[in-house]
Amino acid sequence: MKGFPIFRPVAEHGLLVEFGDSIGKAAHDAVLQLDRALAAQPFAGFIESVPAYVNLLVRFAPMVTDHQAVTAALQALLLQPAAAVGQGAGHRVDVIYDGPDLPEVARRTGLSVEAVIAAHQSGDYQVAMYGFAPGYAYLSGVPEAIRLPRKEAAVRGVAAGSVIIAAGQCIVTTLTMPTGWWIIGRSTTPILDAQAERPFLFDVGDRVQFRAVPK
Amino acid sequence: MTARLKIRFAGPHVSVQDAGRPGFARYGVPRSGPMDRLAMAAANLALGNPAGAAVIEVSLGGLSLECLEGQVAFAVAGGGFIVDHAGHKRGAWHRAVLRKGDVLTLRRGPWGSWCYLAFAGDLDVAEWLGAKATHSQSGFGGGKVMTGAELRITQPRNLPDGTIACPVFARPAHEFRATLGPQDRFFTPAQIEGFSAATWRLSDAYDRMGVRLRGPDLTPAAALDMPSEAVARGSIQVAGDGVATVLLADHQTTGGYPKIATVLDADLDRFVQLRPGDPLCFRLISASQAISAARIAAQQRQQWLARFNAAEKA
Repeated sequence: MKGFPIFRPVAEHGLLVEFGDSIGKAAHDAVLQLDRALAAQPFAGFIESVPAYVNLLVRFAPMVTDHQAVTAALQALLLQPAAAVGQGAGHRVDVIYDGPDLPEVARRTGLSVEAVIAAHQSGDYQVAMYGFAPGYAYLSGVPEAIRLPRKEAAVRGVAAGSVIIAAGQCIVTTLTMPTGWWIIGRSTTPILDAQAERPFLFDVGDRVQFRAVPK
Repeated sequence: MTARLKIRFAGPHVSVQDAGRPGFARYGVPRSGPMDRLAMAAANLALGNPAGAAVIEVSLGGLSLECLEGQVAFAVAGGGFIVDHAGHKRGAWHRAVLRKGDVLTLRRGPWGSWCYLAFAGDLDVAEWLGAKATHSQSGFGGGKVMTGAELRITQPRNLPDGTIACPVFARPAHEFRATLGPQDRFFTPAQIEGFSAATWRLSDAYDRMGVRLRGPDLTPAAALDMPSEAVARGSIQVAGDGVATVLLADHQTTGGYPKIATVLDADLDRFVQLRPGDPLCFRLISASQAISAARIAAQQRQQWLARFNAAEKA
């Protein structure tokens, strides 16, 4: 990633640290590494960091520090060996594969419904980032055989807990919302529980496996 | 003791807010909290509440409520809203006591888009992820304030009537400071020049998530594919149609549109008090200028808010 990282100021309270300009493993690994290093060794005035595919937004208190000092602190973290930051946790998510779009996904991919379900479970998923709505974790790693572009029109009122896929990504929804993604099942594993000590099941960078359970 | 209030009318976008829930952006949850944080702090401090206590945020749609039971002091601050209370019509920025049978109505006045109604007591509403602030997209938190609903204030206190001085720096400005980017590279020099030279106006597509602006077309020169990334309150994102949107309290935490600039957080409390149709312009400043500006603004706010503590001790 020649020319990276790039540090871009965001108003008086942020720096966007970019490790690439297109989605790829090297850039995302670098994002996760810096994110974990910051959590372990926050600089004075650190507020939060928000990881995404190729960059990390680092927010800070302008009363305490500034862009220049934060850039220096991040560069020092980037020089540390990667091994120091550890790996993401693994999770198993149970799914009842009875989504309304399963037959159409099977038809468009030329597979049987059973083969679609098996393919979905065969994927090795990683939490790439959160977005769209609270608890919406974008999981990368949908197998090629069941990758479809999103639908032309969104469907309204898709229930929380739906397992939805589009292109290379999968989400287990946490709110009743519209979606243009393909609904293949529903999860019995809670992803967002506001009362829990850890309200969100996944951290960015975690690994996820799906497992079919009976209705 | 409890004060019980009946909502006779609530316009759209009226909701419970508190200081919000920071630190969950990485899980897709924006901070939420008041659109105008200074005005909410003023209303709370005028009652001796913590600055971030739960309040009702009133939109241009207005609010009317009746006290069914008990009595409680309240404060209103934010914008030039008109307050009708027990037969008196006044501007916002004052403190009074709501008694059983009183009707209290807040409606749009000469300026401002958001007004805060705080009570000397605890607003008894739901929390979500440790805060009562309402996340408008989901309705989680204290919730939207709806016509016909009842609200309870526990531990209500009485306080003498009084006024709150509306500081000059709480009034809406028309020039807002911003830093360039982080995706200025997606725009031509002429577009960036046009961005800072133009007179913009707020459109009426304005809610707690953001406000679309009317002004020059900023359609990026080439159809650029940009991976989604974290966005900030104050980000000015440009959608594929070339329309600029300023992201606000309940913004989605990530997005895939380029941001031409980011408004200083220190300028957002004034920005949100503009109304649809109001003119504004952006002044681009450097990151180090932004730091200096933010520190001056914070000092000014702290000095002003410290008056409330001094007044209470006097």
